[in-house]
Amino acid sequence: MAIKVKFFASLREQLPGTVDRVDAAGVATVADVWARATEAKTMPEHVLCSVNLEHRTADDAVADGDEVAFFPPVTGG
Amino acid sequence: MAVVIREVAFDPHDEERAHAATLAAGSFGATATFVGTMRDFNEGDGVTAMTLEHYPGMTERELEAVVTDALERWDVIDALIVHRVGDILPGEPIVLTAVWSAHRGAAFDACRFLMEALKSRAPFWKKETLADGSTRWVERNTPASA
Repeated sequence: MAIKVKFFASLREQLPGTVDRVDAAGVATVADVWARATEAKTMPEHVLCSVNLEHRTADDAVADGDEVAFFPPVTGG
Repeated sequence: MAVVIREVAFDPHDEERAHAATLAAGSFGATATFVGTMRDFNEGDGVTAMTLEHYPGMTERELEAVVTDALERWDVIDALIVHRVGDILPGEPIVLTAVWSAHRGAAFDACRFLMEALKSRAPFWKKETLADGSTRWVERNTPASA
């Protein structure tokens, strides 16, 4: 019963030692995953989120077994 | 369609030719390509190297979605995206977008779309190394008009 959590780029460096999975019990949204993984740190402005490799927002639902990721604005190309 | 992530330097013209060779000869009348190359300057500072991070799995999915969108929106025969990750030096190609179509209009428009869409959607992040050895994350892409 867990949700996998990933952080990328500058966000990963700003949050050293953050857990890579959280207990799914009581977690309903992407924002809940952030709160549990970061010990309720304020989510920085402009942070992007994904669930199971698709862009999502902080209010979107998550379920046990999902992979949730947080990252700064993308800068490819 | 093809989407390729390269961890080592690539020749965009070889990539374009190799993909074109998979298409039926005579089936297309236009090929539009865009090559993005690493600069040795950014925001007034000299840049000596860059590291491109990505989100394996999601990056490929987003690039495939971008190509699918282009194929649905324009009358094109095929499209290719090649994107570098890892450690990159000035002058090396970062990205290739290529579109094949019967006529030039769709090729030009779809090629531009691929670049703008991937820059806004695909999870890549650039970290620059400056001349003094310090590093910094690129916080946003330059606008398309720049």
